[in-house]
Amino acid sequence: MNKRLLSGIHLLQGDEACAEGAMAAGCDLFAGYPITPATEVSERLSWRLFDVGGIFVQGADELDSLTIVIGAACGGWKAMTATSGNGICLMQECIGYAAITETPCVIVDVQRAGPGTGVATKTMQGDVYQVRYGSNADYSIIALVPDSPQEMFDLTLEAFNLSEIYRVPTFILADEIVGHMREKVVIPEKVSVVERRKPKVPPKDFIPFKVNSDTDVPPMPAFGEGYRMPVSGLTHTETGSPSTSYEVQKALVERLCNKVEKKVDDLTRIETAFMEDAEVLVLSYGSTARAARRAVIRARKDGIKAGYLRLITLWPFPDPYLKRVVSEGPRAIIVPEMNVGKMVREVERAVGGKAEVISFPKPGVELHRPDEIYNLIRRVR
Amino acid sequence: MKLVHPLMKYVRPGAISTATCTGCGDGIIAQAVLRAIDELELNIDDFVFVSGIGCAGWIPSPFFNADTLHTTHGRPIAFATGVKLARPDREVVVISGDGDLAAIGGNHLIHAARRNIGMTVICANNGIYGMTGGQVAPTTPLGLKTTTTPYGNVERAFDLCALTDAAGASYVARWTTYHARGLTRSVKKALTKRGFSFIEVISQCPLQYGRRTGVGNAVAMMKGYKENSLSVKKAASLSEEELKNKIIVGELVDKDMPELTEQIEKLRRIHE
Repeated sequence: MNKRLLSGIHLLQGDEACAEGAMAAGCDLFAGYPITPATEVSERLSWRLFDVGGIFVQGADELDSLTIVIGAACGGWKAMTATSGNGICLMQECIGYAAITETPCVIVDVQRAGPGTGVATKTMQGDVYQVRYGSNADYSIIALVPDSPQEMFDLTLEAFNLSEIYRVPTFILADEIVGHMREKVVIPEKVSVVERRKPKVPPKDFIPFKVNSDTDVPPMPAFGEGYRMPVSGLTHTETGSPSTSYEVQKALVERLCNKVEKKVDDLTRIETAFMEDAEVLVLSYGSTARAARRAVIRARKDGIKAGYLRLITLWPFPDPYLKRVVSEGPRAIIVPEMNVGKMVREVERAVGGKAEVISFPKPGVELHRPDEIYNLIRRVR
Repeated sequence: MKLVHPLMKYVRPGAISTATCTGCGDGIIAQAVLRAIDELELNIDDFVFVSGIGCAGWIPSPFFNADTLHTTHGRPIAFATGVKLARPDREVVVISGDGDLAAIGGNHLIHAARRNIGMTVICANNGIYGMTGGQVAPTTPLGLKTTTTPYGNVERAFDLCALTDAAGASYVARWTTYHARGLTRSVKKALTKRGFSFIEVISQCPLQYGRRTGVGNAVAMMKGYKENSLSVKKAASLSEEELKNKIIVGELVDKDMPELTEQIEKLRRIHE
């Protein structure tokens, strides 16, 4: 029996399903610090990992935790941390470090109401920029947004795979509702797991950060494999030597961004319904989408040509996809989100005036109700 | 005949220029570490060297021709913890400065000592922020005028050895750069210990400390270390008053306690 993969049908909390996704993906180490509403991920992995020979470690804080994760990843392991937005604040320096050193890691943010301590037990989608732009200067990350415990499993598994393929910090941008709700979770008999790409050449021929024409992602040996890896957060050349030259800086920063941004179509995950003849689209993500879906179904029953579009990949932002969508004719796009209206700016930028974009923000604690979204659809149509 | 430094074999090809100033103590520390490895006839490929930000962070990175991890400021011990947990068979050595390990990274230092994780931490303690131009550090002596304590430092200096001892380290030693042989001996000892080892090296920063504070150049600073230091044995018979402003050098802690990764494996066997 595969102790890592709990194949079958379960009733799981989102945070627990996230832990199972990590187990399925081959996570070797989890480091985390207790924080509401993400603590359940830690609790579950503390015994699940131990039972398969992995390691759970409780960090001295969130910064300590992500740092341990990156160290373990350099040692050749798959590693993850989970926290809430306040913990992401502390992790920011290491998010940038993981980005520049191209160290695969998965970071789960079960968002709660903020700013500051906010309301620990209530939901919000306030960290959408924090995970994208929080560390200093320029880099790219991947962020996936689950709307159910099932997706907490599916997307955590996928986050590990993407993190290994692209060598970038990959986020699960959950929220308190998704993290704490219990639903049916189906864990399949078999899952697809990506292993880290290792160099094919012997150490003497290996150039640590050199890429060839078909990929922007260099292979990554682990410490202890004889490659004498010079891993550094300093701007570095292909050989890993520190450099202050403009050319080196330009090449590195462009590659760190392009290796993700240029693959936006490959990375775009979207769920849609009623799109064919839709005149008013509701574009949402995460737990907000659950209310949006209900509102759109109700609108359709009333004969309103409403469409439903859920972003599963939040970063890189699916510009090309949205451009195609607006060219097919929706007049208006309603963007409900649990913050002051953040992703709506990305939507506005992507559609470039081809459709009216209407923000429907609620700044946390309380979810959007389906009738609120439904009423807005009626007003807009 | 071309003369080659006997430790050059451990230096990464192409890594020639250093970040250190003339007279810096970092070179002595680098040599002590490499000499210890050489004398113990260990394989450098079995090592992972982890360092932070600041001058001492450049001691192993990128110069040691081994796996090196040059990290964010203050975090090398936390990174090293991850490395050690993933690869307990590796010899993990952290080399960094006092600002890195004791100020911004102080929490990681005490927790690594508490966990007694198998790694050697070597702290180059120059008592100042050298790289940024001579600001006060938590290791700066009381009263010293620095670029951020223009009227004198009013905060007491950290005793890093007492701190790591109290936090639970298996091995603690203090040396100065004057005591290169004693330092090498202690590095050798630390490398053979199973648990958490901490070595403080009082080290000269001739520019930002020596010149700015008027203590003098590298030679004068090292002479000062020689004159002001006492062995642990000798210090034991002296009063607190007599030990004021003295540097106590030698092994301060040497005990065997359960190491973290071994404890994890033990627990695993019990539950199998």
